[in-house]
Amino acid sequence: MSTLNTEHLSLSYDNTPIIETLNLTTPSGEITALIGPNGCGKSTLLRGLARLLKPRGGAVLLDGRAIHTVPTRELARQLSILPQAPTAPEGITVRELVSQGRYPHQGWFQQWSDADEAAVEKALTLTGLLPLADRLVDTLSGGQRQRAWIAMTLAQETGTLLLDEPTTYLDLAHQIEVLELLSQLNTLEGRTVVMVLHDLNHAARYAHHLVALCGGEVIAQGRPEEVITEAVIRQVFQVESLVIPHPLLGTPLCLPLGRTSAEQSPIGARIPMLSALARGN
Amino acid sequence: MMKPLWFNLRPKGVAISFRLDRRVPLVALALLALAFGVLVWNVGTGEYPIAPLDVVKTILHLETADPAYDFVVNTLRLPRALTAFTVGAMLALAGGVMQTLTRNPLASPDLTGVSAGASLGVILLLVLFPTVSGGLLPLSALVGGLGVAALIYALAWRGSDSPIRMILVGIGLTAALSAVESIVLLRIDVERLQNILHWLTGSLYARSWEHLWALAPWCAVFIPFTLASARHLNALHLGEEVATGLGGRVTFQRGALLLSSAALTGAAISQVGTLGFVGLIAPHIARRLVGPMHEGSQFVSALVGGLLVLASDFAGRALFAPTEIPAGIIIALVGAPFFIYLLWKSHASH
Repeated sequence: MSTLNTEHLSLSYDNTPIIETLNLTTPSGEITALIGPNGCGKSTLLRGLARLLKPRGGAVLLDGRAIHTVPTRELARQLSILPQAPTAPEGITVRELVSQGRYPHQGWFQQWSDADEAAVEKALTLTGLLPLADRLVDTLSGGQRQRAWIAMTLAQETGTLLLDEPTTYLDLAHQIEVLELLSQLNTLEGRTVVMVLHDLNHAARYAHHLVALCGGEVIAQGRPEEVITEAVIRQVFQVESLVIPHPLLGTPLCLPLGRTSAEQSPIGARIPMLSALARGN
Repeated sequence: MMKPLWFNLRPKGVAISFRLDRRVPLVALALLALAFGVLVWNVGTGEYPIAPLDVVKTILHLETADPAYDFVVNTLRLPRALTAFTVGAMLALAGGVMQTLTRNPLASPDLTGVSAGASLGVILLLVLFPTVSGGLLPLSALVGGLGVAALIYALAWRGSDSPIRMILVGIGLTAALSAVESIVLLRIDVERLQNILHWLTGSLYARSWEHLWALAPWCAVFIPFTLASARHLNALHLGEEVATGLGGRVTFQRGALLLSSAALTGAAISQVGTLGFVGLIAPHIARRLVGPMHEGSQFVSALVGGLLVLASDFAGRALFAPTEIPAGIIIALVGAPFFIYLLWKSHASH
């Protein structure tokens, strides 16, 4: 089980600091979701964790080793990253894309070993893409295409998967498809997953550990019940909401009511009354 | 069970394995056979026609009916044909690398700024030192070409949007250099102007063994390097972030591959002038034939590029004999419609 954590991590883009001296631990073997408003630094943090961004200060540690000291190929065998909205080359088949995941395991002489073949088969099976393996990636639906990219990171055979907004451009059915897959991978294979999600309810339902960011700082982190609260959502998103337990699953369900400033929305003025009503007062 | 789409070579007991798209051997063989056919036909055609069998015999230094064949084939036409093929292959490989690095199928080797630098180098030499020997032209082209490529790299490569920045800087610098060229050309006399323009068009006229030998060291280093980088090109083709995530040393690979592309383009231009479109078209045709995986597509692309220039030079020589039309013009006649087709197709798919 590998642990990924940060120590006094500072990340910036072109001299603009985004994250400053952050200490964060992502529990190994669990699904962690990074949530927060646009521009809060969650994608920046994920890219820093994946060594796509060099830290301004501090370090990202994988099993206690600073990842910038680990040779990138060795790191790629432990940590995989799926960036936002990846684009596949034209004319590539699913199997060809997935087999790119074997890159860190291959060398000059070993360009397609038995192990490579087996890993690709396994990745295709886990993602349910075996029947589609020889189809062109361009001809797949959004959900299938995202599954193909996830299969590529699976073929890398890493203990930790990092995903930047894996569901953002997908419709509801495909969103659920991808999240269910990630949940299965975590349960069956014990892989650690860290992903950036926009949808709070998806995060509450599928993640074990949530980290709420605002302005580059961690406002709250912990179990979904601890993080998805009206107070946290107010502070992080400036949104008034009602949080109730999911009728079937018990996880926190966030129902947004309106922006915090009461004058701006017609409903805003009635929020206190609505909240009171909902709680049965 | 479906027929496998690849050949897997995995000898037992040895830790070596290799995979190749199933279409590649057949396509490569077909292209080689076609290239050989065109070569023989090309070499046998001209003011002094020679039968195909005699052509082959002469190349192999076997006895033929007419001793004059040796001069015509081995001194005049064969080196020209081989130079054409070699240059085509070099430009195709350079273009393929640029298309992969920039993830833009409309990219060509000119994006590195090498063409603009090479032409400027030649023009400056001819203008500043009008009495200089023709042998220095290729050198000035190479120096100019690689110099500009280095300048563009230094100006542009910074951070994650480097490919786009490089294209923009390349376009801007090329435009600026072309303007300088035009100013210079407007001021020199007609004779020298004709010389330069002829060189700029890209032509295989009077290309001999010395041109081929001049290309040899560049080919020996950069062609194997580019072909061997297939695995890395595959990863880079997925985007620099994905490639980094897969453990690729992206900064180093990108620099080395750009250098390779610029070197191949610069060397080719230095010997035959600016031949456009080959580096743009050949990789596309290769990808259509064998798919985007670079193990096969790069090699096939080189063959397609070589065949393209060889056939264009042949057409230019033979179609309007005794007038010779430079290969560069024939390729442009074929390439421009193809380029428009590519633009239309990419527009249609959005």
